[in-house]
Amino acid sequence: MTSPRKQIHLAAHFPGVNNTTVWSDPAAGSHIDFSSFVHLARTAERAKFDFLFLAEGLRLREQNGLIYDLDVVGRPDTFTVLAALAAVTDRLGLAGTINSTFNEPYEVARQFATLDHLSGGRAAWNVVTSWDEFTGENFRRGGFLPQDQRYVRAREFLAATGVLFDSWSGDEIVADQESGRFLRVPDAGRFAVHSTQFDIEGRFAVPRSPQGRPVIFQAGDSDEGREFAAASADAIFTRHGTLEAGREFYADVKGRLARHGRTPDSLKILPAATFVLGDTDADAQEKADLIRHQQVSGQTAIKFLEQLWNRDLSSHDPDGPLPAEDPHVGDSHIARGRASVRMYRDPIATARQWRELAEAKNLSIRELIIQVTGRQSFIGTPSAVATALDEFVQAGASDGFILVPHITPGGLDEFADTVVPLLQERGVFRTEYEGTTLREHLGLPAHGA
Amino acid sequence: MPSPDPTPHLALALDGTGWHPASWREPGARPAELLSAKYWTELVQEAERGLLDLVTFEDAMALQSDHPFRPDDRTDQVRGRLDSVLVAARVAPLTSHIGIVPTVQVTHTEPFHASKAIATLDYVSTGRAGVRVRVSARPDEAALFGRRDAARVDPTGRDDTGLTELFAEAGDYVEVVRRLWDSWEDDAEIRDAATGRFVDRAKLHYIDFVGEHFSVRGPSITPRPPQGQPLVTALAHQTVPYRLVARSTDLGFVTPQDGDHLAAILAEIRAEQAAGGRADEPLPVLGDVLVFLDDDADAAAARKARLDELAGAELRTDALVFTGTPAGLADLVQDWHAAGLAGVRLRPAGNAHDLPLITRALVPELQRRGAFRTAYQESTLRERFGLARPANRYATA
Repeated sequence: MTSPRKQIHLAAHFPGVNNTTVWSDPAAGSHIDFSSFVHLARTAERAKFDFLFLAEGLRLREQNGLIYDLDVVGRPDTFTVLAALAAVTDRLGLAGTINSTFNEPYEVARQFATLDHLSGGRAAWNVVTSWDEFTGENFRRGGFLPQDQRYVRAREFLAATGVLFDSWSGDEIVADQESGRFLRVPDAGRFAVHSTQFDIEGRFAVPRSPQGRPVIFQAGDSDEGREFAAASADAIFTRHGTLEAGREFYADVKGRLARHGRTPDSLKILPAATFVLGDTDADAQEKADLIRHQQVSGQTAIKFLEQLWNRDLSSHDPDGPLPAEDPHVGDSHIARGRASVRMYRDPIATARQWRELAEAKNLSIRELIIQVTGRQSFIGTPSAVATALDEFVQAGASDGFILVPHITPGGLDEFADTVVPLLQERGVFRTEYEGTTLREHLGLPAHGA
Repeated sequence: MPSPDPTPHLALALDGTGWHPASWREPGARPAELLSAKYWTELVQEAERGLLDLVTFEDAMALQSDHPFRPDDRTDQVRGRLDSVLVAARVAPLTSHIGIVPTVQVTHTEPFHASKAIATLDYVSTGRAGVRVRVSARPDEAALFGRRDAARVDPTGRDDTGLTELFAEAGDYVEVVRRLWDSWEDDAEIRDAATGRFVDRAKLHYIDFVGEHFSVRGPSITPRPPQGQPLVTALAHQTVPYRLVARSTDLGFVTPQDGDHLAAILAEIRAEQAAGGRADEPLPVLGDVLVFLDDDADAAAARKARLDELAGAELRTDALVFTGTPAGLADLVQDWHAAGLAGVRLRPAGNAHDLPLITRALVPELQRRGAFRTAYQESTLRERFGLARPANRYATA
């Protein structure tokens, strides 16, 4: 007899505004029309996924002082799309990325509580922070927040929305037509938050929603980010890496929970993952290679190289060798509005590694970039991919995956049709939704329980 | 000057269970369902069955209160409501013709967020979105945001400096929202495989708005919506807000009490329109009426008296209160239309009672008189009001 296998959680990431998304493919549809969102959401719901995930960025990205035009550009408003999707789905969780820097707690709490009501308890919030003046130029406040205060604000922002969500306990509305009593108590929704970042008070307009508060996601793998998540998140959105790195991260974060009085099950770890399916493993490898070349054109390769080198390299041939000079290290950066450039903590060292790799394997700029950036996480037959996903979870490297298709809106169809049934056969993925709320899908304790 | 449209427009204003504070106690009011998607969907679907032009959703940041400047402690009225932009988005995919117009408060919110939200509502409704902008002078709403003090508005109306400033900022807000809608030209997305470019960046525009209260760089993150410019609307009761209606909106809501008042309001709006250089542009204006309908006028009056008694006070409201029959209301609609309004926005005293009488009695009555559409014809809300899809202010070709 074997012990019950851990259940996998799956989510669908609407393809983003980066080069993972292949817009040049004939199958690629609109990234804006509502019908594309409906297609992906219904596919995910048909496959019994936990939730759909939307990213957000509040300024179009720029490089060399110009709007970046090689990737998909533009997206609709997160809250509005999620509320509309609630009308065309029944069970699927609806997760939105909302910035805690360029919003106010009262408004965000009002929007998420509303979304939770309108979806019958399916709302989730991926809390992100940004502090840059570049994005701030689109907002009343401008780039007002020093970088070292971003977690302070994020923490206080989340705490303030928590106060707002809990300002109604859920039993205030009696709505007794006979006696004329609508509210049980005269001060329902009263709250006050006085912290270093916020000074707000009054009565919250939205009575308690089905989940009490949305499921809270946190991204970011710095020590501060991990601690923030362990203290207050329901799930972590991470990058997918090796099995070893996954297990290390998983153990580290889950190990922090006890200090906050939480059980390991109360925080899910969900890396973003990409996949390529084929009839045979070789067929899948070939497709994966083709997709990588679609994702990294010669022009894109040069742009990537510029992001590390932090200088104009437009005169370089993408099919030629890497630049001989070192990256430019300074405060200003050639690429703006792009989270990934912050990953290059030591550009000189990274450039040296890239040069060594290119020389050892005789790689052009484009071939090097194809190798060092964003190779697909899972490649193979449906059976091989199902096995790999399951093993990753059973080995304690994650609780599931947020799958990022590379084609909008049909990029998840094949996975839903072929991999999901195999996971169900293995007994590691639901065949029917058991609960109605996202908290229930994720096996999270009820808020306030 | 008669309205250019041959038949009057009918809009519906939704607020809770209806506009009478005791309406939640009427049979069929469903007060415990006000936070459900089903409640709002069914109301809007009923309005669509009646071929109404559009539905507006009342909204405010603060919890409802009987007091003009602070929370009250009443327990006998509806309290609690949802964000109207999201309610509108939730309803949009389940309807197909009716215009959908939520409320956005412009004093404490970000025009960048509002612009992309309404653009997206226009996408999810395929060209049926509008927005009603409203200002906030309430100190209790300012305290929910904690970013600035409430505007100092003189309650006697003698000094309109504070009000003028508040509405000037609202005008800036609308300007930013509109520029952001135009910040993508319609054909900016090119997907040009030959050059590898997804967009033509020459067709994306910084809006570079700099005003007294805020500056916004742009472009929007959301491409230009289907209507180009979703309908901007506002409700106005006096000179300063009439100026906002005249200079910044596509559709105004006003509250005439009688024919003379109506003429005076329209004269003032048209004068402000001319002063703002928009004399030649169509600007339809709808008159708000709060309605108690019944098959005979006495029953309607008796119902109002009953609700007033339940509320413990006579209904106080900014709009004309009509108690009477659908035929009587049809007379009023036609009179106002003949006097130069594009139509009316009806505020049902109680949704459960009055909405079916609007859709199933008033509308057929107007149709019998040849004074209302018998089918939806236009595909966008702008078209329904005879408003062209505007050229993009940034397009050079």
